Amino acid sequence: MSWNKKHLLDIESLTVDEIVTVLDTARAFKAVGERAIKKVPALRGKTVVNLFIEPSTRTRISFELAAQRLTADIVNFSADASSFKKGETLKDTARNLEALNADFIIIRHSASGAPHFLSRVVKASIINAGDGAHEHPTQALLDAFTIREHKEKIAGLNITILGDILYSRVARSNIWALTKLGAKVTLCGPSTLVPKTFEQIGCRVTHNVDDAIRDADIIHLLRIQHERQRKTMFPGIGEYTALFGLNMARLAKTKPDALIMHPGPINRGVEIDSEIADCERSLILEQVTNGLAVRMAVLFLLNGGKGPQEVAGN
Amino acid sequence: MSEPTVILNAAAIQRALTRIAHEIVERNESGAEVVLAGIPLVGDELAFRLGKILSEIWKLPVPVGVLDVSMHRDDLSHRAAPQVHPTVMPFDVTGRTVVLVDDVLFTGRTTRAAMDALNDFGRPKKIQLAVLIDRGHRELPVRADFVGKNVPTAITEKVRVRLDIPGQPDEVVLEK
Repeated sequence: MSWNKKHLLDIESLTVDEIVTVLDTARAFKAVGERAIKKVPALRGKTVVNLFIEPSTRTRISFELAAQRLTADIVNFSADASSFKKGETLKDTARNLEALNADFIIIRHSASGAPHFLSRVVKASIINAGDGAHEHPTQALLDAFTIREHKEKIAGLNITILGDILYSRVARSNIWALTKLGAKVTLCGPSTLVPKTFEQIGCRVTHNVDDAIRDADIIHLLRIQHERQRKTMFPGIGEYTALFGLNMARLAKTKPDALIMHPGPINRGVEIDSEIADCERSLILEQVTNGLAVRMAVLFLLNGGKGPQEVAGN
Repeated sequence: MSEPTVILNAAAIQRALTRIAHEIVERNESGAEVVLAGIPLVGDELAFRLGKILSEIWKLPVPVGVLDVSMHRDDLSHRAAPQVHPTVMPFDVTGRTVVLVDDVLFTGRTTRAAMDALNDFGRPKKIQLAVLIDRGHRELPVRADFVGKNVPTAITEKVRVRLDIPGQPDEVVLEK
C-alpha cells in the first residue's frame, strides 16, 4: 500500500495500488462510525473548506461529517451565498480561502477541470467533489468499496452502468475505477446518452437493457441529469422508463445475487421502481454510509506529509 | 549493510511470552477482569498468543482485541499517511484491566496514542503495558509493566519482530 498524492482530482490518474489503499483505509474508518464515540483526532487543528459552486446535499454533508469525525474544522461555502454573485473569479475566491490558511479545499463545480486548475494556483490540498461531466472520484471509490464488501473482489465481475452516461461524472469515475480493478463494465441507455465512443476505454456498449443486465453482478443505475442536458436527448421520461427503467419484471431476469446501486438522488418510478429501491438487493443506503468512511479515508491519506510511511524505529 | 543479528528465535519468543503471562497473572489477582488489546501489525498477533497462554493458566477465556492507533498518532502530518487497520474491541473496557500488547517499545509515542485510542471505548480500571522488546530511547514518560527482553540499541538501528511469515521461523532481529 502506498499514498503520496497531495490532491484527489480524478480516478484516471490513480494507480490500482492507490485505489486499493483508499479502500483498505476506509475499512478502518467505517469501524469508527460504528462506535459510541465516532470521532478520532487525526485532523485536529486542520481547516477544511467545502467550496460548492453547484448544489449538493448528500456529498456536502458527507464531507462535512467526515471532516468533523476527524476533528478538523470545516466551513461551508455555497454559490448562492457567496461573492461569485458579486463577480469574483474562482481563483480569487480560492486565494482568499488560502489566506485564511485552509488546509483542504473540497470543490464541486460545473466546469470540468476546475479542481485541477485550483490545485495549480493554491497551496491547499484539493479534493474534487464533482466537476461538470468529468469526474466524481469519491463516489467511484465508495461504490468500489461497497461492491468489494459484498462481492469480496471486483476483478472479473460484470458491472452494468445503466442510464445517462454521457453527462455523468459518476459514470466516468466508476468506469476508470472499475476497469482498473479488473471488472467487465457494460454501459447501457439511450443511444444519444451512451455513445459508442466509450468502447475505446474498454467498456461494452449496448442499447438493449435486457442484454445489459442479464449477466450483471452489479447493476448501477444513474439518474437522468436534466440540468446538464442542453437539449432533449430522448423523447420523454415515460418512454425512458418503459425502455430502460429497472422494474420487477426486468429484475426477475437477472442473476439472483445481482445487486442494485444508485448514487442518488433517486427518482422513484423513473429509472428505478420504488419497490426495487427498498428491496434487499438494493445497496443505496449502504453507499451513503460507506461514502462517509471513504471520505474520511481520503482526508486522512491526503493529510499525510512527505517522508517515509513506516512508523519510526520498529 | 551488515547481516541482521537474531535477538530472539522462535523458542525464545515463546518462552518470553510464557514468562510475561505468568507476570500478568502475578500482578492481577482476578483473571476475569483482564482483557488484552494488541497493537497491529505485530502486537495483535502477540496478544492472541498471550491470550491463549493466559486462558490456560486462569482456566477462563481472556478476551483479546485489536487496537489500531494510527488515527491517534502525533506525527500524522509529518510523514506519509500510515497504514490503518480496523480496530476490533469486542468487549467493554470500562472497569477492566486492559493490557496493551506491542512488539517493540521505543519512543513511547505509540503507547501514548494507544491510551488515547482506548479512551474512545470506555474508562478502563487500569491500563498495563506488555512488550516483547524494550529497545530504549524513550521520548515520553512511558515504561512497560512486562518486558520480554531489554535490548540496548543505537537510535539508527531497527528492531524487527517477524511472526507467521510463510516459510520462515518466527524471530526478532536487530538491523544495523
